Amino acid sequence: MAEDTTGPILKTPLHAEHVALGARMVPFAGYDMPVQYPSGIIAEHNHTRSAAGLFDVSHMGQAFLAADDHLSVASALESLIPADIINLGRGRQRYSQLLNEDGGVVDDLMVVRSPDPEDDGVLGLVVNASRKAIDFALIEERLAGRARLTVDADRALLALQGPQAAAVMAALCHEAAGLPFMGAGTGLVAGIEAGYTRSGYTGEDGYEISVKHDHAVALWRRLLDDPRVKPIGLGARDSLRLEGGLCLYGHELDETTSPVEANLTWSIQKRRRPEGGFPGAERLQREWAQGPARIRIGLIPEGRSPVREGAAIRDSDGKAVGIVTSGGFGPTIGGPIAMGYVPPALAAPGTPLFLDLRGKDVQAKVAALPFTPSRFHRG
Amino acid sequence: MATIRFTKDHEYVSVDGDIATVGITDYAQSQLGDVVYVELPTAGKTLKQGDEAAVVESVKAASEVYAPVSGTVVEINAGLPDSPSDVNEDPLGKGWFLKLRLANPAELDALMDEAAYQAHIGA
Repeated sequence: MAEDTTGPILKTPLHAEHVALGARMVPFAGYDMPVQYPSGIIAEHNHTRSAAGLFDVSHMGQAFLAADDHLSVASALESLIPADIINLGRGRQRYSQLLNEDGGVVDDLMVVRSPDPEDDGVLGLVVNASRKAIDFALIEERLAGRARLTVDADRALLALQGPQAAAVMAALCHEAAGLPFMGAGTGLVAGIEAGYTRSGYTGEDGYEISVKHDHAVALWRRLLDDPRVKPIGLGARDSLRLEGGLCLYGHELDETTSPVEANLTWSIQKRRRPEGGFPGAERLQREWAQGPARIRIGLIPEGRSPVREGAAIRDSDGKAVGIVTSGGFGPTIGGPIAMGYVPPALAAPGTPLFLDLRGKDVQAKVAALPFTPSRFHRG
Repeated sequence: MATIRFTKDHEYVSVDGDIATVGITDYAQSQLGDVVYVELPTAGKTLKQGDEAAVVESVKAASEVYAPVSGTVVEINAGLPDSPSDVNEDPLGKGWFLKLRLANPAELDALMDEAAYQAHIGA
């Protein structure tokens, strides 16, 4: 699980900033990370939905994959992931999944192509903290001789998310304001050399900004100088992504779950579906043709009590039909929400199901995802 | 005059005669973070010391609250499920959970007084 830790606890370059802000620090994926600041998870969640939240996601893994030209590096990476990377344009980013031979998800990741033609042949990768050692070993082994992986352990990653993120960013980097959703840029942000993308994991418009460790504190403070920006911990990051209907590795995604089951077919571009050429393609193609055995859904439990990860999902006959993979309280929804897996026949929004809450059945309805409308930048 | 006692699991018992008001401490609410739901027992239920008495749901997780002393539930804070933030804002006041009629007042002797509890949480 993502919370497992072995060996000494790691710190991001912003650790002392979190402590100085009064954050409660918890171990997460081997790092000592802020779960919340003194204002609390609900206030942080609501601030991100109404203004702009700043997240330290420096624990995530950043790396570069390089070969002689774009076609070479993209072809190499496409042998491990199902997204179309060959046709990924300059200055664009794509979400995808590293797959195992059974079509299960080793990790989900972002693939970035620089806007600069001189960077052709290089792709940036951003992977989950809890999986980075596994991912990087797999990529190095499987792509040996085709592409070179350089792990960039000297970079911090800051996420600025919310409806005012673009206005905040525009004051620090004029070019970033014009970036489309899932666009990528490089240049100065508040005078600091950075790579940035218009993306995030909250369902809001926003940016992820990668800078060298030495510059992380300066950028963090500069962003927090803006009164519209407040620091947001991992607690609200989780409630925001859950309302946004977004998968979290170790919860919705694991090595047994295919991207088709996870309802991530949208992230697999059409060219790759019949072509295959990625691990587990036979399984995914079979699931597209015949339907998967189970599919990810949203759930709204009745009443006020959250239903947590691991709770059994039962049908109206009391038969176990699935399991809750994430469950909690959605501050914007104002009540409990969950995600889980059930057979496709039970996946239509409005389908009544029952969730186990401490031995009692709680009625729930299948809900369309996301729970809160995504407000990614369109333009 | 009420006497207040504390458990190492951060519950409090405020005793007035043979009635004990039970809740969680300010330290407990600060550790849990925003409380979003409290599941309470029904009045009339008999609890032995250490039995699960209630469940507090924060944004992050569910936490069990154990009966600090044995007794019969004579009243619950019926407004709490609709106003769970009372637990954060006023844990020893409006955020109380339930009242027990004490079955064995001698159990109180093994609980911590205010000074011992403050030492327990390292305050």
